[in-house]
Amino acid sequence: MDTQPIPERAPVVRPRRSPWAVRGEWLLELIIRFCGISAVLFVLAIFFFVFREAFPVLGREGFSLTQFLFSSEWYPTSATHVRYGTWALTVGSFSVTALAMIIAVPFGLGAAIFVSEFCGPRLREVLKIVIELLAAIPSVVWGFIGLTVMSKLIVDLTGAPVGVNLLNGGLILALMSVPIIVSIGEDALKAVPDSYREAGLALGATRWQLVYRVLLPAAKNGLLAAVLLGVGRAVGETMAVLMATGHAVHIPLGVLDSVRTLTANIAAELGEAPAGSDHYRVLFLTGVLLFSITFVVNLTADLVIRGIRRK
Amino acid sequence: MDTMFAETPLVRVKRRRESLARGVFFCMSVAMILPLVAIVTYLVVKAWPTLSWNFLVDIPREGMREGGIWPALVGTIYLVFISLAVAAPLGILAAIYLSEYARDNWFNRIINLAVINLAGVPSIVHALFGLGAFVYAAKFGYSIISASLTLAIMTLPVIIASTREALASVPQSFREACWNVGATRWQTIRSIVLPNSVSGILTGVILQVSRAAGETAPIMFTGAVFYKAVERGTLLPYYLDEQCMALSMHLYTISTQVPGVEESLPYATAVVLLGAVLLVNASAIALRVVLRSRKKW
Amino acid sequence: MRLKLNPMGIRRLALAGRVALGLAVLGSAGCKPKSGAGGETVIQNKGSDTMVNLAQSWAEAYRKVEPGVGVEVSGGGSGVGIAALIKGTIDLANASRDMKEQEIEQARQSTGREPIEFVVGYDALAIFVHKDNPIEAITFDQLADIFAEDGKITKWSQLGIHLPGRRHDEIVRVSRQSSSGTYEFLRERVLLQKDFKLGSRDMNGSKEVVELVAHAPSAIGYSGMGYETPQVKMLKVTARDGKPGCTPTVQTVLSRDYPIARTLNLYTLGEPQGALKDYIDWIMSDAGQAIVELTGYVPLPAQARTHPPARREAVPELVSAPPESR
Repeated sequence: MDTQPIPERAPVVRPRRSPWAVRGEWLLELIIRFCGISAVLFVLAIFFFVFREAFPVLGREGFSLTQFLFSSEWYPTSATHVRYGTWALTVGSFSVTALAMIIAVPFGLGAAIFVSEFCGPRLREVLKIVIELLAAIPSVVWGFIGLTVMSKLIVDLTGAPVGVNLLNGGLILALMSVPIIVSIGEDALKAVPDSYREAGLALGATRWQLVYRVLLPAAKNGLLAAVLLGVGRAVGETMAVLMATGHAVHIPLGVLDSVRTLTANIAAELGEAPAGSDHYRVLFLTGVLLFSITFVVNLTADLVIRGIRRK
Repeated sequence: MDTMFAETPLVRVKRRRESLARGVFFCMSVAMILPLVAIVTYLVVKAWPTLSWNFLVDIPREGMREGGIWPALVGTIYLVFISLAVAAPLGILAAIYLSEYARDNWFNRIINLAVINLAGVPSIVHALFGLGAFVYAAKFGYSIISASLTLAIMTLPVIIASTREALASVPQSFREACWNVGATRWQTIRSIVLPNSVSGILTGVILQVSRAAGETAPIMFTGAVFYKAVERGTLLPYYLDEQCMALSMHLYTISTQVPGVEESLPYATAVVLLGAVLLVNASAIALRVVLRSRKKW
Repeated sequence: MRLKLNPMGIRRLALAGRVALGLAVLGSAGCKPKSGAGGETVIQNKGSDTMVNLAQSWAEAYRKVEPGVGVEVSGGGSGVGIAALIKGTIDLANASRDMKEQEIEQARQSTGREPIEFVVGYDALAIFVHKDNPIEAITFDQLADIFAEDGKITKWSQLGIHLPGRRHDEIVRVSRQSSSGTYEFLRERVLLQKDFKLGSRDMNGSKEVVELVAHAPSAIGYSGMGYETPQVKMLKVTARDGKPGCTPTVQTVLSRDYPIARTLNLYTLGEPQGALKDYIDWIMSDAGQAIVELTGYVPLPAQARTHPPARREAVPELVSAPPESR
């Protein structure tokens, strides 16, 4: 088809655009293309600048990467023996995230199922708006709630010695990551073709059977992605955990123990680490670690979602 | 007839399970609404004694134990609008590229991935980046500029995502019709795609504002200060190369660092911040609802 | 000191930006930049978290004395303030510790100017417990056993204390984040440079320490004496020299009976000039010192006010407007 010559036509006199308009459009498209690429540039820049500040410490005497990753002794300003071990902080981050997910995943997925399968259109609109507003609450407000309201509640209800602890941080993070799980989870359920539902209903299945036997298996990748994005949000959260987890360098033995997370550690100490010092660079290295963790989590979520689309 | 449709035990079990499942899922959904309502109510009740017009326009007094939040409020407005001025054009153009120009090849998949990752980068890492790149490398120092640029990059994905959604909702046939009358790609975008998606784009911009206003970590190390002396009610108290106070940061400092604060003061600050953010979000939602009801295709 | 003569064009850019922003935000009507835009003097003040509230109160009060001067106050910690001074990015550093010899040398090399120290008051580290805790006094050795890495004390019963009506016997240690001056000061004075035991709740602000102790009956923490609230109790502290213990008050700090007290310092680069000099002079005057006491710290004794530390003797006339004059 393409190779066929275009039939001859009488020349048409068309109004020509001014060369400036053509050039302007060319320039504009160039700008648009550049802006499109900018996202990549920013991600690279973030990695570059954070790594650049961290890099000099890697070769420094007395600093070992194994110790950084796997020692739980964090003594960045010790007068006698400086040690930079982030293991307890990593464990802290993951334990808060895990607790948050234990709470948030059932609720988030349950709400996603309810919104997508069980409720009428009007209620659905209302619920979605509420979820959106819940997602909009700034993290410092969550932290403030953890510090003032939740900590007193936790002391009164559980008799814990201190109200700012793993449980407090976990609850706050759960509330913060539920909205993302609901909205992505609902998208995943919506992506299941209606023919599946119709087939199920035609076989006499109830809604619950439909959800349990058909939709959950069909949407499992999307739901997994929803959970992963929730994890990403929880791992990266800073202000709320800074204010609500109690900030103790300590591998937690129970939910009423205080912990410190990677993010909160940076937020607490960055302001006081003189620029250019080893301590300052190690904090940037922690940033690199965090960046890598969230990068992997997000990448996995994206691959999982992409996997669904291809199907 | 009756026996034919009578409930067998199996059906009864099925139905019971069905209503159980419905009930459980309903409760789970309600469990999400309750915190929002409870939090807002509790904060407002606690903040009530302090909330007033005077609280908004007054400066902090008596060692930040009393008075208002004016410098923080204005500081937040500065940060939000400057970050918006950077992020909005960049984000909208990036979204136009991704949705109108980009073909589905490996390079654009990388761009997509970058956008997703940019959205997932923890706020504290953005803070580190802002400190390393803007404060030190670009030598902007601790300033409103550094803080706003950090915020702009952080909120860029918000604008990109919702602008793309808005652009994607314009039917392909509109574009094809326009191309068929000989319009170039840009002419099509300008005269067909953008006018039909402008409210959607606006929604994204509004969401960016709400996100930027609430962030604390990225500005804490790049340009927000503990205190800055300004006059009560001054409209333009800051230079762009100075640092400023910000609402989110102010909430953090008065609840963790200032002793003897009047009890309702941090609550009132939290309510103003929360109220502003929710109001902005609600307007974005309202805009979207109006837009959807008016859509003709 | 950045008056309006900023070498880079950024000021002008900033002014343009400010006007543009004003236009954008408010519309052209009714918007005019503050009278004498650019005529305001900004003093950048950064450093110790212990002093940040004090610095803020000074800045707030000085605004009434000298409306043309705006003071930007940030915390961060003594080390950060001094580091910024070494880089020359701020005018005035607050430090709740003395500048180290090595830092003074760095400042000389990097800016070519001599850091000048001003002692502007004193602070005592108070040891706080919950108000229901029956303990009244504590010694340095006990504190070291509680807080230091190899310390043996983990339970209140080891100190012979039985907390009323509570099953918690475990001591909840409340500390500060590792780079704060307060943390370093306690480590130096009480722990004799040994490291802290890991697992303490390391609060980010002095106030948070006191708040946490106020709500945790089994907690012990340390913070500046200015942060005392009715819900907590300050302990009598006995040093290793065997002097009888006492709680921190203005008298016990000035008489050096209270063992964990320190000076609060301001540092400038070179002899302060102009507005900065006026500001420091005002801080050292009765008006500025009244604020020190009001904030909960210990002001300079009366004789030190007119003759601030040695270097200042060369400039005897300290004229400063009393706060009520305008």
